[in-house]
Amino acid sequence: MNKRLPHALFALTATVLLTTACTPAPKENKIADPGTQVSGTVELWHFFTEREAAAIDQVVKDFETSHPNIKVTVKSGQDDSKVTQAIGAGNGPDVGLSYSTDIVGKFCSSGAWVDLKPYLDRDKVDVSQLNATVRSYTEFQGKRCAMPFLADAYGMFYNKDLFAKAGIAGPPKTLDELTADAKKLTVKNADGSLKRVGFLPLFDFYENAAAHLAPATGAKWLTADGKSAVGTDANWKTLLTWQKDLVDWYGYDNLTKFKASLGDEFSADNAFQKGQVAINVDAEYRLAFLKDQTPDLKYGVAPFPTSDPSRYGGGYVTGNIVGISKNAKNPEAAWELIKYLTTDDVAVTKLAGLIKNVPTTTKSIADPALNADPDFKAFIDIFNNPNSLTSPPTASGPAYQETFQQFLIKYQSGKVADLNGGLADADKQINSVMTLGG
Amino acid sequence: MDGVRLRRGLTTFSFLAPALIGIAVFFLYPLISAVYFSFTKFDLVSVPQWVGLNNYRQMADDPFLLQAIRNTLWMVAVFVPVRIVFAIGLAMLLAQLKRGAGFFRTILYLPSLVPSVAATIAFVYLLKPGTGPVNHLLEKIGIDGPLWFNSPAWAKPSLVLLGLWACGDLMIIFLAGVLGVPESLYEAASLDGANAWHKFRSITLPSIRPVILFAAVTGVIYTLQYFDQAAVAGSIASGQATVGAGISQSFGYPEGSTFTYPLWLYTVGFRYNALGYANALAIALFVVALAVTVILLRRAKAFSGEEQ
Repeated sequence: MNKRLPHALFALTATVLLTTACTPAPKENKIADPGTQVSGTVELWHFFTEREAAAIDQVVKDFETSHPNIKVTVKSGQDDSKVTQAIGAGNGPDVGLSYSTDIVGKFCSSGAWVDLKPYLDRDKVDVSQLNATVRSYTEFQGKRCAMPFLADAYGMFYNKDLFAKAGIAGPPKTLDELTADAKKLTVKNADGSLKRVGFLPLFDFYENAAAHLAPATGAKWLTADGKSAVGTDANWKTLLTWQKDLVDWYGYDNLTKFKASLGDEFSADNAFQKGQVAINVDAEYRLAFLKDQTPDLKYGVAPFPTSDPSRYGGGYVTGNIVGISKNAKNPEAAWELIKYLTTDDVAVTKLAGLIKNVPTTTKSIADPALNADPDFKAFIDIFNNPNSLTSPPTASGPAYQETFQQFLIKYQSGKVADLNGGLADADKQINSVMTLGG
Repeated sequence: MDGVRLRRGLTTFSFLAPALIGIAVFFLYPLISAVYFSFTKFDLVSVPQWVGLNNYRQMADDPFLLQAIRNTLWMVAVFVPVRIVFAIGLAMLLAQLKRGAGFFRTILYLPSLVPSVAATIAFVYLLKPGTGPVNHLLEKIGIDGPLWFNSPAWAKPSLVLLGLWACGDLMIIFLAGVLGVPESLYEAASLDGANAWHKFRSITLPSIRPVILFAAVTGVIYTLQYFDQAAVAGSIASGQATVGAGISQSFGYPEGSTFTYPLWLYTVGFRYNALGYANALAIALFVVALAVTVILLRRAKAFSGEEQ
């Protein structure tokens, strides 16, 4: 026997034991009694930068004024992976603010963010002041580990000048009307290539992700037992058939070529802002871009058209989320900060006004100043509409959406001959990806 | 006597210690940890659960793994040899220059100093259909330029072009090899009536064989880990350039053509929270890289100095 083998085995065993020992064990979460004086320092990590980071600083300052015993240390520009790694290494921030509801399932199920129910119950915070959609994307399997920090509502932007030129009176309300208007608004070059597109239906264009278009037909992602529903929910077929018909009318190659020539979504060269696309899917945050970059553009906003007129008015809703790390050094102060940022109507209203996102509490939503701008109000109305949908949190994050997106890209290019069979295969793929590593 | 030997051993060890500690901490520990985690269900936050060979078995049912492997193999099969041939070609040209050699060496080497992310962004914008100058110039000479990074057929060749533009580091190594070939060999060959091609094939190539092997081994390892350029090119070309987790939404754009193995590994681990499975993918990649390296080294022992 090789004499070095025992040494190697010893080293291997020692390293494995060390690795195991270095992996943090779960910690019991005890909270203070009601009325306990909270003090100390609390660290807040968020992803915002520049104007939006300055807005956070303003509201944090207000918090420190109203809570003189708590000092907040703010670290901006921290993305989700940094937060996850810090929590995993035992050095998570007291409070983490994420841009993606995709992490709710992961953070709730793994315990990376603590259950907020004990705090909510102790302080008698009424979560019904948040609408049902927001409540659904901030909890996972009945465990509320996150609170909503403003929201995004998706609707339709349309170019009023181009509509007038094409003789279209107002925004389309059904998918059929959208198709008809898109055709009227499209202009071709002499060689048959596209000069301007009424509506660019490709799923990989800007904000056309399936999740954002799903409310148009009411398509659901998951079954009650958490399995993929794209193959069984007929609303997906309705949406995909409509989309493919419009893609085929333009010609997939024509659209791909046209899309390749367009500017970046988050630049001043955005195709809608430049008038290259007449109708576009986007959220309320686009209003700030339009004001800054193309103040002369005459545009309107409306809910995205639907297949069934009775569904009209809703849209896709998502938002930022905030929670307490399981290894927070000062969880009580962390909760005070979260409570202030997410349930204090004055703070939420101020943040919504500064960051230009939709507020989430009943009173802040009704704030007259925020509703004074009709364009912003259109998004508040979409947010409030009972037909609005979100993408459900899962322990595997956005795996189901991104797997489906791969299918959609294949489908729109004409590589899926049998839609029913393709959707059934997509179901299998999604279920397979969602269980990887399980 | 034993004391002397012990002291010598300790002295040797103390000189080697910094390197050994570095290797142990930054290579062995992570490697053994990765092997351990590859047998677990792990999400970076909760306690890992032992799942045996499950993660390795799941590779057979992974719907995206085959696509990622196919793209990565394409890059290895095309990018590595093309880059070597191109770098040798440049080195040969530079070796012939009588005047301005320093200037051209600098100019051709400079692109390799540009950070890969910045270089990729610049390339995507240069090649952007409609607004990029490259297609504009092609149009002027009557050529309808391709969609480059926006075309499933052209996206990988565009990445190869990017790699060729930045092959200055490899070119310099080849240049050193080419310049190191004794002039007397060429003179003797000339006397025997050899032309330029004969000299290149019979003198230059055998002389720089160890360098070619080095380029092949490092090239294969680099390409198996191809990440930055594919990720950035997909994101920028898709028109949805963003930061943080959002970037992985455009991985593989267009139509999965730039979706490489490391992109899938990252997505599974850091987007889908399956760190155990991601570790299994990493170990598989390590084994493949090691196997390819061993095969290449065995086929050409020149690299290790064991020239026949």
